[in-house]
Amino acid sequence: MSVAGNRLQPTIFEKSSPGRGGGKIPHAPKDALDRIPAAARRAGPAALPELNEPEAVRHYVNLSQLNYAVDTGFYPLGSCTMKWNPKLNEWAARLPGFAGLHPMAPDAVAQGTLQLLWELEAALAEISGMTALTLQPAAGAQGELTGILMIRAYHHDRGDLDRTEVLVPDSSHGTNPATATMAGFTTVTIPSAADGGVDLDAFRAALGPRTAAVMITNPSTLGLFEARIGELLDAVHEAGALAYMDGANLNAILGRFKPGEAGFDVMHFNVHKTFSTPHGGGGPGAGPVGVGPKLVAYLPSPRVIRDEDAGFRLERPGERPTSIGRMRSFVGNTGVLVRAYAYIRAHGGSGLREVSDDAVLAANYLKARLAGTYDEPYGDRPCKHEFVVSAASLKKATGVRTLDIAKRLIDYGYHPPTIYFPLIVEEGMLIEPTETEPIETLDAFAEALIAIAGEARTDPDLVHEAPHDTPVRRLDEVKAARQPNLRWRPMAGAQTPCPD
Amino acid sequence: MPYGPHTPADRARMLATIGIGSVDELFADIPGKLRASSLDLPEPEPELSLAAHLQALAARNRVDLASFLGAGVYRHYSPAAIDQILLRGEWYTAYTPYQPEISQGTLQSIYEYESLIAELVGLDVVSASHYDGAAATAEAALMTCRATRRERVLVSRAVHRHYRETIETYFMGGGLTVEEIPLVADGLAAGTTDLAALERLLADPDRAVAGVVASQPNFLGLLEPMSDIGQLAHAAGALFVAVVEPVSLAVLAPPGEYGADIAAGEGQPLGIAPQYGGPYLGILASTEALVRQIPGRLVGMTTDIDGKRAFVMTMRAREQDIRREKAASNICTNQALLALAASVYLAMVGPHGLRDVAALGAARAAELETALAAVGAPRLHSGPYLNEFVVRVPGAAEVHRLLLERGVLAGLVLAEAEPDDPALADGLLVCATEVTTHDEIGRFAATLSDVLTGRPPVAVEAGAGTARGGAVAEARR
Amino acid sequence: MVPTDLRYTKDHEWVRLAGTDATVGITEYAASQLGDIVFVELPEVGRTLTQSAAFGVVESVKAVSDLFAPVSGPVIESNAALTGEPELVNAEPYGAGWMVRLTVADPSELDGLLDPAAYDALIAEG
Repeated sequence: MSVAGNRLQPTIFEKSSPGRGGGKIPHAPKDALDRIPAAARRAGPAALPELNEPEAVRHYVNLSQLNYAVDTGFYPLGSCTMKWNPKLNEWAARLPGFAGLHPMAPDAVAQGTLQLLWELEAALAEISGMTALTLQPAAGAQGELTGILMIRAYHHDRGDLDRTEVLVPDSSHGTNPATATMAGFTTVTIPSAADGGVDLDAFRAALGPRTAAVMITNPSTLGLFEARIGELLDAVHEAGALAYMDGANLNAILGRFKPGEAGFDVMHFNVHKTFSTPHGGGGPGAGPVGVGPKLVAYLPSPRVIRDEDAGFRLERPGERPTSIGRMRSFVGNTGVLVRAYAYIRAHGGSGLREVSDDAVLAANYLKARLAGTYDEPYGDRPCKHEFVVSAASLKKATGVRTLDIAKRLIDYGYHPPTIYFPLIVEEGMLIEPTETEPIETLDAFAEALIAIAGEARTDPDLVHEAPHDTPVRRLDEVKAARQPNLRWRPMAGAQTPCPD
Repeated sequence: MPYGPHTPADRARMLATIGIGSVDELFADIPGKLRASSLDLPEPEPELSLAAHLQALAARNRVDLASFLGAGVYRHYSPAAIDQILLRGEWYTAYTPYQPEISQGTLQSIYEYESLIAELVGLDVVSASHYDGAAATAEAALMTCRATRRERVLVSRAVHRHYRETIETYFMGGGLTVEEIPLVADGLAAGTTDLAALERLLADPDRAVAGVVASQPNFLGLLEPMSDIGQLAHAAGALFVAVVEPVSLAVLAPPGEYGADIAAGEGQPLGIAPQYGGPYLGILASTEALVRQIPGRLVGMTTDIDGKRAFVMTMRAREQDIRREKAASNICTNQALLALAASVYLAMVGPHGLRDVAALGAARAAELETALAAVGAPRLHSGPYLNEFVVRVPGAAEVHRLLLERGVLAGLVLAEAEPDDPALADGLLVCATEVTTHDEIGRFAATLSDVLTGRPPVAVEAGAGTARGGAVAEARR
Repeated sequence: MVPTDLRYTKDHEWVRLAGTDATVGITEYAASQLGDIVFVELPEVGRTLTQSAAFGVVESVKAVSDLFAPVSGPVIESNAALTGEPELVNAEPYGAGWMVRLTVADPSELDGLLDPAAYDALIAEG
């Protein structure tokens, strides 16, 4: 594991000492708070830690070195698209003109950002073949909720109140059924066909007057393009329902397939996947949503409007009563969207198409390198940007499971692929190299996986007990769940009183 | 392609290994009539020209104004160390910590964030964060329904409009209702939540209330009777959600002290730049009794097989990837990097520094109040406030526009933000923080005075220094 | 072989009958499939369960499962010990890891339960 030394740290609370720190903020006048009624005042100061700057900075620098990151190495995480996070985009988002702008500043002083957002909408519309965009949702999951709520509004507008079901393949990401529930729908799960695609007959049987929507990921969460997508979309529309596309796997089809043109009514984008915005250790992201003509009226408000001569502005409250309203405060995760915009401008149409070509090529190359070592649940059918292998046979022969292989990969210096997802593959590993990994990395990764399969046979304990070289080893997650310790307990009396 | 590594030789080798002639063969399964025509986007830009283009766009925004705009997002000083830490690739390019052995940095930082916020809000369980204050508040409202198995939530009209609208959207799923608690119209308590009205709303035996939501300070900047609201809620068997602003908690009573069951709020003031809307930091915290109802990630402390202290995401079975359609929320992301920013901010300023930030804001706000009243823009309300308040200015929208032309962003025009409230028709919501300067306050007051008395603006370039001197002189009169 | 004095459901619950009193839990097979149990959510006393309807939840670190009522009737007692020691479900699934006791409302519902041999056959199929 490529971590420099043992950087484990006590918590900042344990590094605190009364009287340390300060010097960042001038002292307030003594009487500043006299006019605040005592009943509204805090009884005693918050027991926050007191550290000087050197110790605080060292704390966070040392902690950072316990992390694996894209800037450290390869993340073959299927469904996550861990491509390179361009450095220009960090610089761009931090430009004071972008970073310092208040979200309720008058339109007149926000023309630069409004133009950027408007252009980004246009670019995403072109990429997806959709008619209009909202950039408001804060994440893919929030984008899903946006899309499903718009579909709900569409049906209700037509007096179609009995459409209470959303159909979802069993391979779907967990957010899909969770979203359907949040929006008040019942999820109907449709089993996948043996070839990994949708079971068209099962879908047809389930489609009917109670179907509000179908949520499809295409390519699927198995990395397979849905060849029957045209027929599926026809069937959905014939039943009077709408088609939602989960755009998590857009990296496979840029310039090759436009969901809006193909007949999807709505889709979300994960800009932290396809458009390179960094994951930040779990967030932030952004989940723009594109819609076809049927749903434009329902987009969240405010939309970005271009006035003929006057430049750009935000819709005023109440300007478009058909909107489903707000998903969140203000306009959106603009800071994230600046990064996505820069990414798209850096690539242009030709560059984005090349992104998908290389992503799909790399995945198929890696798949070919691993053929024969692991089970291929869907045979040698070409995949798109990701593919799934199974360790089911290996487990049967050696007792070594996918979890063990994943942990052993850490010893080889790699973040493991996605494991046990989609749920329909036994002992599955979902591998997505993306387009930004050099062929040497792909080769070395393949060799590591092959070596581990060998170790499973010759030295299974080595694999069972992995990882061996990390700052901490396998964790007691049972204890963490049975006896949750979710906060540091402050040490009473260890604080200086506020100097007054 | 700017970041791709593949040379023609690399691609040739990959194609040969796969056993195909061209990458197009890998897309053959896309039905012919569904294949995309082309991608009609602007030509790719190399970094040099793209940087210039981005700079030009950023320059079209104006961020040099003397700003008194708050309304949920606040200007604060962000210590220099924060951004330098956040720019470390190990922080911002790391993935979600599903593999704890190689994510102890992220995991420990989230645990520390949970602990810091727990201390600030006075509640023991803190989620690893939500998208923003609005989403956190909406999730809190949903929590009260799940926990009480009731269907009706009351939200004070003085909670930020965006948050109320987000709750309405999250409640669209059907079966649940959200109602507004009106505000007191006159007197000392004008602009705060009407307790008598709340009591009436809680009294309906056939429509039991799951939760009551109120904000401290409220959207108009006023301090609310949070204990009283909480007592009324609990007497009716409802849960109490306090929507809070984290910097103010250095000096104001935290939700844990006045009986709130859940706290929600916006963490942006903790060292996060305004960025025109996000990404921000949704704070959500609860009592331990509600730990199983709280949506989103939770990080806890445990040990590894060698007995070493370690941190891990825990109680995961609540989340969407396991619970799927039965999950409490579909949330997948947390705002990890922003939680880190907030933690570093708190570590940098420390408890005394945070108190100074809040207290300085209060002091500057008092100064602002005096200065504006002196030129004909008195406060609309009489109740106590911390650092934000409403002033009454006839023709507020036009005044605001004229002030903007003269370089002053005079807060928020309430006639536009709250159009259905006639009491606020002439209102400007203004705030001050520790970064608001005496000069800026003077300039605001002087410029306002000019505008109200019909004086034309002084030419900015030539007379800037003189104008400021003049403004200070004016303010002192 | 599973305990011979119990009856079973296809959802891997067991029932111990004593007159009109029914004690319910999950089988060892179910517990081992879930892994280390970390949390059990049980209904409050007085709540009426309906046969085949979900009445609670059992969680492990990586999985969650609904509990389905084998018979209908009001809950007399929920096993409070499971709050602090959910691991009892793994350690003694048929004993100290019991979950609820209820009064059987309709004895004819018992006919639908599986006998030990039938349940053994079910889990053998895998």
